[in-house]
Amino acid sequence: MDAPSRRRFLAVSGSAAATALMAAAPRLVRAQMIRTPLNNMPEAIKRITGGAPVTRGRVTLDIPPLVENGFLVPMSVSVDSPMTSADHVKAIHVFTERNPLPETVSFHLGPRAGRAFVATRVRMADTQNVTAIAHLSDGSFWSDSVHLIVTLAACLEELPVSASP
Amino acid sequence: MSGNVRVDVPKTARKGEVIEIKTLAAHGMETGFRRTYLGAPIPRDIITTFTCAYNGVEVFRAELHPSISANPFLHFTTVATESGTLEFRWTGDQGHSASASAQITVT
Repeated sequence: MDAPSRRRFLAVSGSAAATALMAAAPRLVRAQMIRTPLNNMPEAIKRITGGAPVTRGRVTLDIPPLVENGFLVPMSVSVDSPMTSADHVKAIHVFTERNPLPETVSFHLGPRAGRAFVATRVRMADTQNVTAIAHLSDGSFWSDSVHLIVTLAACLEELPVSASP
Repeated sequence: MSGNVRVDVPKTARKGEVIEIKTLAAHGMETGFRRTYLGAPIPRDIITTFTCAYNGVEVFRAELHPSISANPFLHFTTVATESGTLEFRWTGDQGHSASASAQITVT
């Protein structure tokens, strides 16, 4: 049969493109290898919750999804809570997936806070997920997670010799 | 008392109003994970705890870790219950201690 030229062209060019992709693949893999490793975030969360279930919701973690400077990332956490003595947020914990330590900050508040809102500035060592967990007065845990992309990482640079202690 | 710190607390508030408090402490927050070019580890030197007491009663506390940026900034809220003093205290590695206080008039 006569080869339908368009079909042949697509088949040949398609396989050429696939071959080119395969050749590029090792470079992509190497780019992944230099990421900072995962820390033990699940264990750190378990130490806080004692193994109790953590439900997604009620918590809003506000952090920029694209970070230019990992040394100074503004972050705020708010929780949907009436903040009365019967129903309030006892603590808010923030964890990172790829910083050297998963624990980032813990806030302890209570009904006298009036509003379940805290803000600070954190360091981010790599592109990663950040999780905020709220511990409510009824013993339940609620969370929110944000994936953020970091272009300049914190924590990993060296100091000039003259600045060493 | 030592350390260079700043606190932003409203001078007056209505009773029951939720007031916003912002604090800033001058501190390098050395993580303990860095090394010099010669490879010597730089020991950790961070602020580990911050507390805010309203007329002697603790209303807010934060535990800080090396992931907190240099010159820790904290922003939180409290209910203006009565006139008096808010006392802020930062403590950390290598005997670091700093404090500040602010007066508030509640009407």
